[in-house]
Amino acid sequence: MRQVAAAIALICAAGQSPSAATLTERLAPCLACHGANGRSETTEVPSLGGQPAPYLLIQLYLFREKQRVAEIMNDMTLDFTDDDLRAFSDAIAKLPPPRPLADVPDAARMQSGQALIGQHRCNTCHNLDLTGRENIPRIADQREDYLVKTLREYKSNARHGYDGVMAEVLTPITDTQILDLAYYIARFR
Amino acid sequence: MIPCVTARRSMLLVGTIAGLLLAAPVFAQQPPASAPPAAPAAAPAPPPGSALIGRPEGNPAAAKLAPVAPPPLPAPPDKLPTAKLKLPPGFNIEVYASGIANARSLRIGDKGTVFVGTRVGNKVTAVVKKDGKTELKTVAAGLYRPNGLAYHDGTLYIAELSQISKIDDVEANLDNPPKPTVIYTDLPKDEAHGWKFIGIGPDNKLYIPVGQPGNNVLHDSDHGQIRRINLDGTGRETVALGVRNSVGFDWNPVNKQLYFSDNGRDWVSEDVPEDKLNRVTKLGEDFGVPYCYQGNLPDPEFGWGHSCSEFVPPILLTGPHSAGLGLRFYTGDMFPKKYKNAIFLARHGSWNRTNKFGGDILVVYLNKDGTVKSSEPFLTGFIENNNYIGRPVDVEIMRDGSMLVSDDFNGAVYRITYGKAASAGR
Repeated sequence: MRQVAAAIALICAAGQSPSAATLTERLAPCLACHGANGRSETTEVPSLGGQPAPYLLIQLYLFREKQRVAEIMNDMTLDFTDDDLRAFSDAIAKLPPPRPLADVPDAARMQSGQALIGQHRCNTCHNLDLTGRENIPRIADQREDYLVKTLREYKSNARHGYDGVMAEVLTPITDTQILDLAYYIARFR
Repeated sequence: MIPCVTARRSMLLVGTIAGLLLAAPVFAQQPPASAPPAAPAAAPAPPPGSALIGRPEGNPAAAKLAPVAPPPLPAPPDKLPTAKLKLPPGFNIEVYASGIANARSLRIGDKGTVFVGTRVGNKVTAVVKKDGKTELKTVAAGLYRPNGLAYHDGTLYIAELSQISKIDDVEANLDNPPKPTVIYTDLPKDEAHGWKFIGIGPDNKLYIPVGQPGNNVLHDSDHGQIRRINLDGTGRETVALGVRNSVGFDWNPVNKQLYFSDNGRDWVSEDVPEDKLNRVTKLGEDFGVPYCYQGNLPDPEFGWGHSCSEFVPPILLTGPHSAGLGLRFYTGDMFPKKYKNAIFLARHGSWNRTNKFGGDILVVYLNKDGTVKSSEPFLTGFIENNNYIGRPVDVEIMRDGSMLVSDDFNGAVYRITYGKAASAGR
């Protein structure tokens, strides 16, 4: 919550003199939560490094239109013009990809996660190296808690995808499998 | 919530991503070819409904194919591809309206209002022309995949993913439209092929397709069909069975029969099955899915024990993965006589094919008995270097005989005229 408060303070700072705010200044509140080096250190807030610009644009659009619900993001994008959406997604896409977690992974869970990736063909759309492309997000080395949250949201239909594909994919996947998938993807090398 | 976030000035950095989206190869960010991760010993089938059912393992070309998502933002007017689009001699194309994100189904009201549905957005837009100016008005908002529209006796019908609603006397209330009244909710909630095209037949009934909930699945009695209901939501009847995903139909003005497009399954091969144009001559006919595709291809998975002769064959094959969507019979008087009562079919274009196919308007000429005489592309040019620069979704005939075409990739509606120079300019 402290980071959230800090972000709001930053937004306010940027909002006070919008005409003078450069893109870098306006990005500061985003990076306060999402991480300036592409890796988020904030609970359940995704790392944005290495995300394809078209995916970012779609998400920012969905936030602005409230078709994806996350109060802070809906507020942040409330007054964004279409050009803002494009400029922010282009700029954020330049952040470096996050590095895999440096811990010593549990071999059994890694194996389980890898098998699930193959079974459910995550790597057809997300790419063999899970880096994503175009409208399909990079998932490699994403925050584990965000992955768990997102997969659960897709499974429960709480998060409508841009096109419904993920809800379909999650239908037969159990919660235990979600945990293993997230564990593996967060440590993908 | 955060009141200090106030209106912001446009960014200094002029967004050029729309151009980028149009120009960039759809699969630009391919990883270097590397060995796929070791597949588990016995990979179970992907979930029912997955677009990936049937995807071949270990084929690098097939691994590059994934559905093409439209950009969420409409293209700016100066980025629209009309100058690159091709028509037969004597025809003109102009931009009728732009800035309508993900423009899909088109319907025209009695006073000339053009209504536009959307699949990834949440509102229905009305295009009003007044004193040479184009005005966009939101007719309904906060909807879920309001792809399908129908107009009848002053009432606009809106099909969301799993319900149908209506706005009476809609053209009199464009500036302050009432919330749509829900008339029908007896529909599955599947995302796969859940978005709808709707229409009202000469029998004054509302026709609603319910697609198969996936690429190739054995569906229950609530899916894989076109049904019809009375305009108050009662009296459900099955019109056609064995339908995979129809997102377009119309009635032949001569014989009053229903003609509908249907999209064939993915991942069999590059060139088969082809998509279909079908004709319903008897209520409840079965068109074969998922046992038989394109009238003569038993499905490799479900076709065993069946023969294609059990099912009604298509009247025309419309190309592999070409995604024939909206269609209309041409009932206007502006185009040359040979187009009278011909079918114009919008082919959205393929994704499950290495070389993109479709992405055009096909014209289909019929014989007197309602069978197909011939067909040929009418409006082309949407594919450039194997990338889409636009994707047609629906067509609609205006009272003056000109034709509208929606493009969900650019969020625009075009108008095709014959004979005289385009009037509205670009």
